[in-house]
Order: sequence, then structure tokens, then C-alpha cells
Amino acid sequence: MSLSRRRMLASGAALAIGGLSSTKSIEAKAGTIPPDVPEWMHEQGRPILSPAYGLPSKFEKDVVRRIREPRATDTEAFSVTPLQNLHGIITPNGLVFERHHAGVPEIAPDQHRLLIHGLVDRPLILTMNDLLRFPAVTRIHFLECSGNSSTEWRKSGYHSVQRTHGLLSCCEWTGVPLSTVLGEVGLKPDAKWILAEGADAAAMTRSVPIEKALDDALLVYAQNGEMLRPEQGYPVRLFLPGFEGNMSVKWLRRLKIGDRPWHTREETARYTNLLANGKAYQFAFEMDVKSVVTFPNADRSFKAPGAYEISGIAWSGRGHVTRVDVSVDGGATWHRARLQEPVLDKCLTRFRLPFNWQGQPLEIQSRAYDDKGWMQPTRSSLIAARGTNPRYHFNAIQGWKVAADGVVTNAST
Amino acid sequence: MRALSASVAVVLFVFAGSALAQQASRHGLGTPATLEQIRGWDIDVRPDGAGLPPGKGTVEQGEKVYAEQCAACHGEKGQNPAKGFDRLVGGKGTLATPKPVQTAGSYWPYATTIFDYVNRAMPFTAPNSLAADDVYSVVAYLLYLNDIVPRQAIMDAQELTKVKMPNADGFIPDGRPDTEDLKCKVDCK
Repeated sequence: MSLSRRRMLASGAALAIGGLSSTKSIEAKAGTIPPDVPEWMHEQGRPILSPAYGLPSKFEKDVVRRIREPRATDTEAFSVTPLQNLHGIITPNGLVFERHHAGVPEIAPDQHRLLIHGLVDRPLILTMNDLLRFPAVTRIHFLECSGNSSTEWRKSGYHSVQRTHGLLSCCEWTGVPLSTVLGEVGLKPDAKWILAEGADAAAMTRSVPIEKALDDALLVYAQNGEMLRPEQGYPVRLFLPGFEGNMSVKWLRRLKIGDRPWHTREETARYTNLLANGKAYQFAFEMDVKSVVTFPNADRSFKAPGAYEISGIAWSGRGHVTRVDVSVDGGATWHRARLQEPVLDKCLTRFRLPFNWQGQPLEIQSRAYDDKGWMQPTRSSLIAARGTNPRYHFNAIQGWKVAADGVVTNAST
Repeated sequence: MRALSASVAVVLFVFAGSALAQQASRHGLGTPATLEQIRGWDIDVRPDGAGLPPGKGTVEQGEKVYAEQCAACHGEKGQNPAKGFDRLVGGKGTLATPKPVQTAGSYWPYATTIFDYVNRAMPFTAPNSLAADDVYSVVAYLLYLNDIVPRQAIMDAQELTKVKMPNADGFIPDGRPDTEDLKCKVDCK
């Protein structure tokens, strides 16, 4: 019999004398709360390497990616990040949202090749070993699908922030500046656009303007310190900070330099923004300034009156967040939230605001500003400008209703 | 020769930090790609026809290929797709309505894009497996179903590039930021 088991029985016996007889209530009492000393202090814990690659506590089993609703296939599909359970600005690798057009290919890194050709002096084939030899950089940036929150154009009825805003993650990315590799192949003078193509079964393809390629674009092979997860493009992806996620082509196999865009399916039929007048914005790259309250939320909320901290995330694909205001009365009055350092370009910024809840119904909103002077718009002004037909780039203020019992619902339903 | 190298070095030094610095910092990594290697992977097609392979296809042949390879998901004649799959036909005149139907016929600006996409990503269960003639044929069939080309049309690189799509002029540059309340006016930083 282990030491802890003996103590538990002894403790149980004592409690039984006190009038508690069911085993269940004895075990609940026997243990953890002062003055009792919990059993895990009286025995050795789990040994090292169990497992060798660490996993979250079993009590966190509900913190997982989810689908929003079933789709026709599970390879042309997406999953969303549980923003309601995250605390800082970094998304753990196993929780980074997924969007695949043809599933996740399993690519052996020594078999992978990146071909760079077109309007270049020296067309090259790079192996992963080649890529890993270039001078590298590490940057922290968000990645947001331009379809994030698109359901809110037409009032989704989704109450979970995972479902409304979960096509959003933020990681530390490591790789080679694309400009370094373009220097290696040598650009011809009329090089204006680059076609980036994935090695998945959709051969997912986007045209990228040369200005972005030479600015802060990266060829990324690591996220949060380890090699990319397969679902994030292992062994190498393009990463375009602040641009719509679709352009950060995963499983990157080819870069072709040209003098004009290609008008691929993903930049015509998809990822274009149909306006009310029937015209569509094309090549709408930057993700606009945006924020969302992640606590309270539909899964975790106020339980009783008293002190809480309203918290959320803000970001801008055009620069860094300078200010976030929070309203608890549906936008009538605003309070400036504290921005958690670090505040970085094209990166999630955590904001916090202490709040004493008195049990009254609320509508909580957040409104972000960026260093380019842009302010997060209201839903009505966004719709006045573009109608409700666009499928992408919805960045309006999100409202959450908190009922007197603490239940959180989407304010725009 | 030594003098020439020195002057090149000086020029590179002067331009360090500019785009020319790229030239100065070559690492000599990677392997030159041969034309044959490039040809194997170079599948993209542009609206001006660049990249379209030799070959041709008919509406009649496209109807056959479509029935075998496409109809299960996209529906007979592109009209009644299985749940969750794209409708490929119709929707003309709906783009400025509250319920736009965005199909290859009503929305896509270039016929060449249909070729490129079908060739690289379709059929869903066996992408990049159709012969060029079959891709031309399927594209011809889809254009015919959308009343863009006649039934006797024959599509090849030249003909496909000439096709004018109904929504060719439907795309405008990104107009964002475009909302009225978006510019912060007081105490913004």
C-alpha cells in the first residue's frame, strides 16, 4: 500500500467519524484543500519522458481545435483555434488553426525541393539543408485567414469566440528572409510579381507583389522553436506578415518570378471581396486593424459578482496596435485598456481591463487602433461601405452580451 | 584583373544596404535548375496564355470527361452540386444582389484560370492527372454550359486566351480602408 493510499484511508476514517460515510465524499474531502495536504505531495510523480514529447494536462482536454461546421470533405476544410482558452499572445503549435485545400501532405524533408525560376539570373533548386544554411531570422507574427469572422457579415449566431474569430493564431516564426534567397537567384529588372506554389494536392498558388517579397517576407521552417507542424506547411512555407493567411503558401515547392500577377483561382474565384454593387476588390492583402474580447466568453464567464479582468487580443496587418478601448455598455462609453508588452508589428497584442461586475447585463465590445491611424470600424459602417456579400476581411467591432446569470452570447444575433 | 575586383568591391560596399547588397551577399547555396527540371514543375497558366500547353479539346469530349470526373461532386451539367461543392454554371446577373451566385460563368474573370485550376487541382480524388486535351475539353464544356462559347467550339491555347468572360471587368483594386469611421481623430497613439 502506498503512503498516500494509507493516508487517504486514515483521513477517510477520521471523516467517517465526523459523519461522512460515502466513499465518494470521503475521497473528495481527502486530499487537496487546506488543512489537508494533497496526496501528490506524498508520492513520486510521473517519471521523465512519459511521454517524451510533452502534452498538456489531461484536465485541459477540451482545449482543442474544432471545426465550425461540417463541410463536404475533411481535406478541403478548416479548423479554428480555441482563443477562449489562451492567455498571452502565442498560440501553441498544436492549437494553430488549419486551413487546407487538399489535406495535409506528408513530406519527407530530404525529398522536398524548392524551385525558384522565371525572371531570374540563376534558376535554383534548394534543398532543406540549403535553406537551413542561410542566415536566419526569428519574428513573432499573427496569421489570420481573411475569412476569419466572415460569418459576422450576416450575423452568424455563433456565440463562441473560437467559432467567430478562431481562424487566427500567433507564433514565433523562424526562417530565411525571402529577399536573401531572391538575392541568391538574382532578379531581372522587370520582376514585379512572384507566384508561390504549394506541394499539396491543390498545388495552392498565389501571386505576391515583389515589394512584399523584398520587404518582410520569410521562408519559414520553424514555429515556436520547433520545425513546422505538417499542417503548417512542413518542411517550409512562405510567410507574409500581416497579409491574408492564404498567401503564406504552405509546403512551398516553387517560386516563379514574373512581370504580372497570374490571376489564379485563389485570387479570382476566392479571396476576392464582392461588394454590394457587384464589383469585387482583388488583391486585398493586408489584414485590417481588429480586436476581440476573449474573456468573458461563451465557455468561461463571470460566475458571481466581484472582481474580474476583461481581456482580449488586438492586431493589425498594417503595423502595431497603439490603443484598445473597451466598452461594457454596447459602445456608449469607452475605457482604455492596458496593453500587455511586448507590442509588436503585425502581431497579436494582449489587452486587459480590470472590471468589477455587479451582476448586471452587459454588452462588452473592444475597439483597436493601429500606428497608421486606422481604427476598427463598427459592423454597420463596414456594411455601409461593402454590403454583406464579401466573404473576407471582416474586421468590425465584436459585441458580446453578458446576461445577469453570466451567460455570454454574440451581440449581433 | 585585381584592380577590377577591387573596384567592384568598392562599388558593392557603396551600395551595401540597397537592393544591390543582395548581389554582394550571395551564399553560393543551391543547385542550378535545368530547363528539364523546370519543365516538370512549371504548370502555371496566365490570362495572356503563357503556360498553356499544346493540345485541344471539344465540348463533346468535355461532356464525357465531366460526366466521369466532375459530375459526382459538381452535379450534372454543373447545376446541382453535391452539398458543399461549388456550382459551376449560372449566376449571371446575381453579383449585385443580396444572394450572389459566384460560378465560373458568372464570376471568374479569365477562362485561362479554369484551365490552370482544373489542371493543377482537379479531379479532387486524383489532382493533376488529366491529359491536356481533356482539360481543354472540360474547360470548353464549362464555357459552353455558361453560354460563353458555342457547342461546336474547339479550345486550344490560342482560342482559350481569346475568350472574354462575362465578369472580366468585375474586379477593381483593393479599396480598403474604406469605412467612414475608420480614421482615428483624437488621442490616437
